[in-house]
Amino acid sequence: MSVDSTVQDPKQDTATAEDAKWKPKILAFTCNWCTYAGADLAGLNRMKYPADVRLLRVPCSGRVNPQFVLHAFLKGCDGVLVCGCHPGDCHYATGNYFTRRRMLLYRRFLEYFGIEPERFMVKWISGSEAGKFRDTVIEASEAVNKLGPNYKYREEGR
Amino acid sequence: MSRIGVFICHCGTNIAGTVNVSEVAEAAKSLPHVVHVEENKYACSDPGQNAIKQAIEEHNLDRIVIGSCSPRMHEETFRKMLSETSVNPYMLEIANIREQCSWVHKEKEVGTEKSIDLVRMSAAKVDRNVPLYSGEIPITKRALVIGGGIAGIQAALDIADAGFPVTLVEKEPSIGGKMVMLDKTFPTMDCSACICAPKMNEAGAHPNIEIMNLSEVEDATGYIGNFSVTIRQKAKYIDYDKCNGCGLCEQKCPSKVVSEFERGLAQRRAVYKPFPQAVPSKPIIDAANCRKINEDRCGVCHKLCGADAINYEDKDELITQEYGAVIIATGYELIDWTKLYGEYGAGAYPDVIDGLTFERLINASGPTEGKIVRPSDGKEPKSCVMIKCVGSRDPHKGKAYCSRACCMYGAKHAHQFLEKIEDGECYVFYMDVRAAGKGYDEFYMNTLEDGAVYVRGRISHIYPEGSQYVCVGEDTLSKKLVTVSADMVVLDTAMVAQESADTIGRLFGVTRNLDGWLTEAHPKLRPVETNTAGVYLAGAAQGPKDIPDSVAQASAAAAKVIGMFCKDSLESNPMICTVNEINCRGCGDCVDVCPYGAISTQSVDRRENSVWVTRTLAFINAGLCQGCGACTASCKASALDLLGFTNEQILQEVDALCL
Repeated sequence: MSVDSTVQDPKQDTATAEDAKWKPKILAFTCNWCTYAGADLAGLNRMKYPADVRLLRVPCSGRVNPQFVLHAFLKGCDGVLVCGCHPGDCHYATGNYFTRRRMLLYRRFLEYFGIEPERFMVKWISGSEAGKFRDTVIEASEAVNKLGPNYKYREEGR
Repeated sequence: MSRIGVFICHCGTNIAGTVNVSEVAEAAKSLPHVVHVEENKYACSDPGQNAIKQAIEEHNLDRIVIGSCSPRMHEETFRKMLSETSVNPYMLEIANIREQCSWVHKEKEVGTEKSIDLVRMSAAKVDRNVPLYSGEIPITKRALVIGGGIAGIQAALDIADAGFPVTLVEKEPSIGGKMVMLDKTFPTMDCSACICAPKMNEAGAHPNIEIMNLSEVEDATGYIGNFSVTIRQKAKYIDYDKCNGCGLCEQKCPSKVVSEFERGLAQRRAVYKPFPQAVPSKPIIDAANCRKINEDRCGVCHKLCGADAINYEDKDELITQEYGAVIIATGYELIDWTKLYGEYGAGAYPDVIDGLTFERLINASGPTEGKIVRPSDGKEPKSCVMIKCVGSRDPHKGKAYCSRACCMYGAKHAHQFLEKIEDGECYVFYMDVRAAGKGYDEFYMNTLEDGAVYVRGRISHIYPEGSQYVCVGEDTLSKKLVTVSADMVVLDTAMVAQESADTIGRLFGVTRNLDGWLTEAHPKLRPVETNTAGVYLAGAAQGPKDIPDSVAQASAAAAKVIGMFCKDSLESNPMICTVNEINCRGCGDCVDVCPYGAISTQSVDRRENSVWVTRTLAFINAGLCQGCGACTASCKASALDLLGFTNEQILQEVDALCL
């Protein structure tokens, strides 16, 4: 059976009206010790960045089960960030090494699933890198804005 | 059914200025299980806290959400507040609407909308919070100090003076570290030995301090309050109980070896004290160079020893002891410049020496009794070139960081050279002069007045010419090539972390940065703590430091330990992992993931479906678990969960965001 490239996802047609007022919803899993602290510092320095990203605090990026990421995409998140301390600086010594390997694989897995890899970012932001936090938020926001809403695998009724 | 109270803080105008607080409060009213919503001018203040407490009473709340500043700021404050109410301190979530909303989004609608989202997420999470209770951890009130340099000595003395026993472990035959090798200390020009030796003696004689020289930490297990540390006491071949330190053996030993303490400028015997003021003031036998031990000849020391203290059969001993707290003060080493700087002769020129060797040369108790001479021919050098930043601030060959003390000890060396050598000439090649410290810049200025010639630039190479060394470099201020012939060259080499710090850091779960320095918990606010509770840092083990900073940090670390020892028990963190025994299949994946060795697998006999079966289950040591949650993500059976950040709580938050 040949695939007609002009046929669009039926959901996308119905959603065009909604798209006009669409704002990206990006979830960021941030570790308590580095990235969350970096975000606090960005606030303290009164840095300005887009309001598309919501932070979810976890003790360590190693706590982030890939299933959480998938869950977020299924529920309609347009992008997901996983942020932690720089490898080698993990508060819990080794947590982010696991994150690094796990999320690298997971990114490919998501791509295989059909979720644009740009929707999923893994970043290392230390507690002193407020600027990097701001830049990451801007980068994620721009990437997701470019891609538009995420309808893939979104559960019905949402 | 839970009864959630939501409190939105104005933080003066910090939040209320750019977030429509009333709108957030209004939106919170419609959230599930929220029974009470209140605005608060300053939630963290006394009146603010009282208002929350009162609302809890009045509305019979069993959990609360506070929309305020970062939880990193006031989570503890509010937990403390809750501990004075009927609500469990862990039935609290904080929505960070200041750092993440009002301070970063200028437009009021944007900030308000995001604040509502954050409050909704927190309310969803708190709905699944369960009361948590901290346990009590007993404390072994004995401290271990690793490293007997000035930092280790100071920390040990402070703890011992407070009345707690301390073990001071030193890998060398004597405590004293690098400081006791120095001649004078900048900027006051105190005689280093005169201020260090009394401290060493005090530590040696202190009833609460046990000094273990020639010892190294071999293994460590346990957690704050309860470390179990195995120390290898290397064979000293001298029975310290019998030895009276008369020193006869040292005089008569026929085996001569290069002295490490004198940086190769003198010789010592095979049975030796590294220097006369050594503490413990008793010798050891260097087995590698002892004729009796290696060839079964000689035995002079045994024949002469009136106390019968020589024991050639001595063996290494492993001693395991319980400790409540550990201070790591392993200090620094100088970078091995001979391997890195071929242009400076790679160690082939005898009169190109490092700063510590120069210290031994000018030291009144050194091999030359303080007379500056060239190591090659014993003649007095008339001119000297000092090169700074050898290995420091040089990411290509050495280290990228500044070693901090070199600018000042370089100035001190120049001052001392000019003071001791009549008509002496001293050239200092520098990149910058960093003299930040009390009285430091004044000292540097005095050195300039003494006649030291400071040239901004680096030496590109050194070659011998006759009896002199020609140093070729650039004066970057006048943009000219300069060539200086000198009788002696002193390299101010970089401080690098001790190799043993790596092993010790790993044993205690303290991370090292890329350069090998041990990492503190927070660079500004927790400079002496490490990320392993109960393990502290002192001195140059944490990064390059001069003596005042090392001593200050040592006392700070000691204060932390004393503060802990003054309590009867410690409160444990209840936000740790738990095992769902029904789901656990005993694969043990979590055991490998846990950085603290807190998980083990155990065989458990259980009655299942009326049959006794043996099952392997993960078992979590609550004292060791630090609550990182790495194991939870590795658990294929989802049997592990992290209290306070359970899978359910996190998914609730995700759902709330995606509503």
